[in-house]
Amino acid sequence: MTNTIQVSNLEQGYGRTVVLKDINLTVTSGEILALIGPSGAGKTTLVSTIMGMLRPMRGQVAVLNTPMPNRPLLAKIGFMAQTDALYSSLTAQENLLFFGAMQGISRKKLREQIPHAAGIVNLVSDLTKQVSDYSGGMKRRLSLAIALVSDPEILILDEPTVGIDPELRQQIWHELHQLAAAGRTILLTTHVMEDAEEADEVMMIRNGEAIAQGTPAELIANYGVSSVEEVFLKAGRQQDATTHND
Amino acid sequence: MRLLTMIKRILIEMLRDKRTLALMFIAPLFILSLLYFLFQSNTNQTATLGVRNVNSALVKAIDNKHVKIRQVTSDTSAKSIIRDDDYAGVLTQKGNHLTLTLQNSDQSKSAILKQSLQKGQIQLKSKAAATTIKAQAAALNKMQKSLAAVTRQMGGASKAIQPIRGEQKLAAPNYHLVTHYLYGSQDSTYFDTLLPILIGFVVFFFVFLISGIALLRERTTGTLNRLLATPIKRSEVIVGYLLGYGIFALIQTMLVVLFTIYVFNIQIIGSIWNIFLINIMLAVVALTLGLLISTFASSEFQMVQFIPIVVIPQIFFSGIIPVNQMADWLQPVAKIMPLYYGAQSMSNVIEKGATFVNIAPSLGVLLLFMIVFLALNLLAMRRYRQV
Repeated sequence: MTNTIQVSNLEQGYGRTVVLKDINLTVTSGEILALIGPSGAGKTTLVSTIMGMLRPMRGQVAVLNTPMPNRPLLAKIGFMAQTDALYSSLTAQENLLFFGAMQGISRKKLREQIPHAAGIVNLVSDLTKQVSDYSGGMKRRLSLAIALVSDPEILILDEPTVGIDPELRQQIWHELHQLAAAGRTILLTTHVMEDAEEADEVMMIRNGEAIAQGTPAELIANYGVSSVEEVFLKAGRQQDATTHND
Repeated sequence: MRLLTMIKRILIEMLRDKRTLALMFIAPLFILSLLYFLFQSNTNQTATLGVRNVNSALVKAIDNKHVKIRQVTSDTSAKSIIRDDDYAGVLTQKGNHLTLTLQNSDQSKSAILKQSLQKGQIQLKSKAAATTIKAQAAALNKMQKSLAAVTRQMGGASKAIQPIRGEQKLAAPNYHLVTHYLYGSQDSTYFDTLLPILIGFVVFFFVFLISGIALLRERTTGTLNRLLATPIKRSEVIVGYLLGYGIFALIQTMLVVLFTIYVFNIQIIGSIWNIFLINIMLAVVALTLGLLISTFASSEFQMVQFIPIVVIPQIFFSGIIPVNQMADWLQPVAKIMPLYYGAQSMSNVIEKGATFVNIAPSLGVLLLFMIVFLALNLLAMRRYRQV
């Protein structure tokens, strides 16, 4: 087990507004970390910083022992954005080919990878359809397939389960566990508590701060509650109490 | 490899978007054709003139193919006649007094009437002068004859008559005017002056609009962010766009230039390659400017809002209104407009046969614009990914 993502004392923001403060996290290979928190908490900013889209305002971010931002390293990260960033006039196959090529994968390897990635998200029979004819859920699945197509060492998924039905959600989680078992690192954001329970490690973010961190079982035990959701609510109340004391 | 895939994707997207294709290739030709016909009809414009109690000789003298004469008999005021019958003007005579009332909602019609009236008066005067001269000539002739008779009687003094004859000829000189045109011909219309500027403008405008909106769509759908989440270089994104849309801009330019040459049958004195060169440079500047401007827009609507600021002023300074006739403080403004350099070189090549050496300075300025816009684009990309 090696550390693949290492964030230490990170402070991040735009201009003078501070979005994230004092974030520390470590993800090892074969681990699934879920960033959980309400929208506007700073999850996407944290993800962007880890990917090196933003330079840290303070603190360090390292991926695979390389300080970020680092452009060539992005080839080893599969990314699924919060919005379905797809070319709607292209077919699903063409989207996969395009982003795969941008990721730096040879055409030959892509020909093998595309059916596999599409298979995980049940899109094999719809590959030749134009994305404009896709439903919302299908777009989400295609977006995930694009993150998977390069078979990356690290997967960063921003809200991967939004708009996906429960059956497919289970299937996707099954696949994510398999990828983790094969030594891949997975970092995902979510505001669905069921997703958090599937993860190996959970980090709760609220108002730009990490309010709780640990495995789901640890957290439930430490807070003396019965579910991850209650952990989140309790930790949130504690955060409010400390800010009021300031 | 990445660059080729980028270009290929842009081509596929564009070819599947039939409306944008039509906008890029058919709309410019449509606009140019429309202008062509508009300026054609302008050359045989006619104005209707109502005449009341006007000497028939004068009316006859005023009449020409640009004026339609209507006799007016009613006693209502000239103003209401113009209003009721939509005449361009009414001419009334009272004794020796002529009154011309003009509608003047169309200044070119007023000009036609004023000019025709002036011409008619001159014609009448010269006719009157001619009659007087004729009468005088007849009198002179008579005198000469009687003089000749006298001299014959006196004998040998006929040479004295010659100088009188010579003076007679000088009194009515008959000039024959031949006009030579340095540029163009007698068939040249305002359209011929306008066309080189218009070609440049049409290429500039459509390339600006389409490239700007294309990159904007990439920003708003999030595909740009996703693209930048791959190891692609920011410069590769910009150059990919430049080349991908550059191909369409190139085809559009060729189409517009060939269309104007073969359909409007316009005479190009300079080399057609220089024309392509100028337009390609203009298209590239428009492309980089469009990409840059789209950074400051967050929706297609906002992109359109930039047209009055970025594109329209360029038309004013492109040479449609001669820049050297503008106020002194206004003239330098033209120098910061890419279209000014493009349109100026276009006019010079098409109308005056300027060579590459003549237009090289303008092309150099366009190149400079392109480099500056490209650099700014690369900086703007930093907003999306800082490496």
